[in-house]
Amino acid sequence: MEIQERAGERTLLLAFSGEMDHHGVRDTLRRVELAIDAALPKTLTLDFGGVTFMDSSGIALILRAQQRVQLLDGNVVLRNVPQQARRVLDAAGISRLVTIKS
Amino acid sequence: MKKASVNEVKLVFPSRSSNEGFARGAMACFVAQMDPTLSELEDMKTAVSEAVTNAILHAYPDTIGAVYMKIRICQENLLEVTVRDRGKGILDVKQARQPMFTTGGEERSGMGFTIMESFMDHVTVRSTPGRGTTVVMRKRLSEKSRERI
Repeated sequence: MEIQERAGERTLLLAFSGEMDHHGVRDTLRRVELAIDAALPKTLTLDFGGVTFMDSSGIALILRAQQRVQLLDGNVVLRNVPQQARRVLDAAGISRLVTIKS
Repeated sequence: MKKASVNEVKLVFPSRSSNEGFARGAMACFVAQMDPTLSELEDMKTAVSEAVTNAILHAYPDTIGAVYMKIRICQENLLEVTVRDRGKGILDVKQARQPMFTTGGEERSGMGFTIMESFMDHVTVRSTPGRGTTVVMRKRLSEKSRERI
């Protein structure tokens, strides 16, 4: 899985592409944490536009990012979530914890 | 109640994480003959991904073992996917099926079984500690699904 990062004034955009399964996420979690620790964002935007598949491994990634950003009094926004990933988020009840922009 | 299958395939692969994508793709190829809708196909791929990931990650945490997958197409548009391992097994299946329960640490969400249950019609889990786990998932696909895409 690929990640593109763009940091601004206490904002961070992480754009993912590829398959967000256990295999794809394994090395990505650490990179997401490092990016958050460097940017200290008030708003973390996770762009799922390039995600071709997501399972519960993606839920773990979102929850971990959300916990880290919450320590900074920040919030997490998901955008460009494809239909398949959206159904996984809904099944897991994630829409209660993060903002999902359509 | 076991139904006679119209067609079936069996796969055995080592518990390497790179085989998660293979298992989903192989399942998608085989069920193409059922002419599923896109959302049905995505649901089945997601459920298979969860079951296979459990086998790879939890059944064989420190070793590489065999994962057995059987896909059966039965009458009346019924699909049955069985994912079996001979790994360490689950001590308490009821607890393992609870949302957010995981022994996998921060990398896992504990939502695998919840997602299997949401996306398939029926999920059965049998496990014996030290002997392995068998997950059987069934889903009945819609008739004439092609017209509904």
